Amino acid sequence: MGTNLLSTSFAGLELPNPTILASGILGYSSESFSRVVKAGAGAVVTKSVGIAPRVGYPNPTIVQSRSGLINAMGLPNPGIETYVEEINFSKTILTVPLIVSVFGYTSEEYAAVSKRAVDAGADAVELNVSCPHVKQTGAEIGQNPKLLSEIVENVKAKINKPVIVKLSPNVTDITILAKAAMEAGADALTVINTLKAIAIDIETLQPILSNVKGGLSGEAIKPVALRCVYDIAEQYKVPIIGCGGVSNWHDAVEFFLAGASAVQIGTALADDVEVFGAVTKGVESYLRRKHYANVKEIVGLAHRK
Amino acid sequence: MLTANNNLRTTQLIRIQTESPTVKTFTFTDKLCSKANPGQFLMLWIPGIDEIPLSIMNAGNDLVSVSVKMIGDATRHMHALETGATIGLRGPFGNSFTESRGRVLLVGGGTGTAPLLFLANRLASKTQRLSFVEGAKTKNELLFVSALDGICQEKNIITTTEDGTAGLQCLVTVPLAKLLDEQQFDMIYTCGPEVMVKKIFEMTEQRKLPLEASLERLMRCGIGLCGSCMIGKYRVCRDGPVFNVAQLREMKAELGVSKLGFDGSRIPV
Repeated sequence: MGTNLLSTSFAGLELPNPTILASGILGYSSESFSRVVKAGAGAVVTKSVGIAPRVGYPNPTIVQSRSGLINAMGLPNPGIETYVEEINFSKTILTVPLIVSVFGYTSEEYAAVSKRAVDAGADAVELNVSCPHVKQTGAEIGQNPKLLSEIVENVKAKINKPVIVKLSPNVTDITILAKAAMEAGADALTVINTLKAIAIDIETLQPILSNVKGGLSGEAIKPVALRCVYDIAEQYKVPIIGCGGVSNWHDAVEFFLAGASAVQIGTALADDVEVFGAVTKGVESYLRRKHYANVKEIVGLAHRK
Repeated sequence: MLTANNNLRTTQLIRIQTESPTVKTFTFTDKLCSKANPGQFLMLWIPGIDEIPLSIMNAGNDLVSVSVKMIGDATRHMHALETGATIGLRGPFGNSFTESRGRVLLVGGGTGTAPLLFLANRLASKTQRLSFVEGAKTKNELLFVSALDGICQEKNIITTTEDGTAGLQCLVTVPLAKLLDEQQFDMIYTCGPEVMVKKIFEMTEQRKLPLEASLERLMRCGIGLCGSCMIGKYRVCRDGPVFNVAQLREMKAELGVSKLGFDGSRIPV
């Protein structure tokens, strides 16, 4: 079914199509992964996993804003020692790359969790250095080029699978962080994580999320994510996975043209898990209509002078 | 992606009714949730405390009721609220029971009886026969008995308690087996403790009878994104909470056995 039009490869990963399940969405179990793969995803990213279990924050952990969702789940995860079983089993049933999202509080933790994930069968790791709502991990690392380099170097030294770094948009200049990650050996960048945000209830006069602040995702952030991809692609030759508000094939094509080799889809699953199929079908007919032989041909074309 | 149902809005409690030593029913106005169908749920925000999924027990004329059992911190705070208190709401979410005609049997355990009361009210005028089996630990915890008496003809209600303080001293599955063997039913609906639901599913499978079961899981987003409520490949919040026989078969390995805990690990039900 025209898979040659959509099949792509970057950073050593081979994907049947350039759509990927974003981290944090339906990402615990092998059954969820096979469901989104059946729906058409070309790869899946797990929920972020750390060295020890975390129960996450109390509800409300999600609140809708006018054009997006703000969430602060608090990185709930069973810890890598438990999760290796799920990775193991997922690998036996999945036909697409399984990317394990990893978070930590120190570079040693990032490296240790990444190693366990890869040993269990992960095809790549995505370093979550950009979670905007958990202190001392995520964004605090993702905003500091020195810390970021140290973590990427440590992880690279421990594993021989692709290391993807998911960047935070909550910085003055995202290209500085992109450069730090690349120079430390990152094989690809996921651009972007959520934007730090808040919602306040005016009747009870209080922030709604139990964690007060969270990360904004969905359509609201698409233009920002697209700009971040464009900025990085303009300066550096590094595989980029676009992430932020992708809801249909048109959004996906915009990301490819801006310089992304693939896109991640998350919040749009609230409409329908089948969004992957709709996006790939739309991209495919776009490529046909424009007489391109493969999606790779359009990556970064918006940069042509 | 964005639905009006998922917008958090606030409302005030206008009526609080004590149903049992551990269960209270809270009624409030909400246009969207008042249009809910039996089986659907809402996310109720107790400001500053928690947000919890609750089955809708009654809805109509801009009014919505939910029955809340005191089982933990959030529900203890909920029980401490008085009329006039402000709460937040999202919903209604999830699917609903199909509304079968003919001979219908409802089997409720504990607060699982609440959405079935809503369904029974809806079905009362449409069905040929409406039977109800309700089980609880003890007499005080048998919910909505007089309301159900009004809906079903009295002879069609069977109650059971574990301690024998009311009705039959046994689990609901004992009189259920007899009913299923002696009478014909076009549809069976159930909601309650998952071990009970599992047992009922086994009983209806043996007899090749149709069943719809409403399930419960830890919920966070309520809109099918976070994966906290997965059972098999299904999201209880979005693909459920009501599942039919074909779906229940697919989730057999987990039904009544395991669920995801707060940290996403699989824990016993």
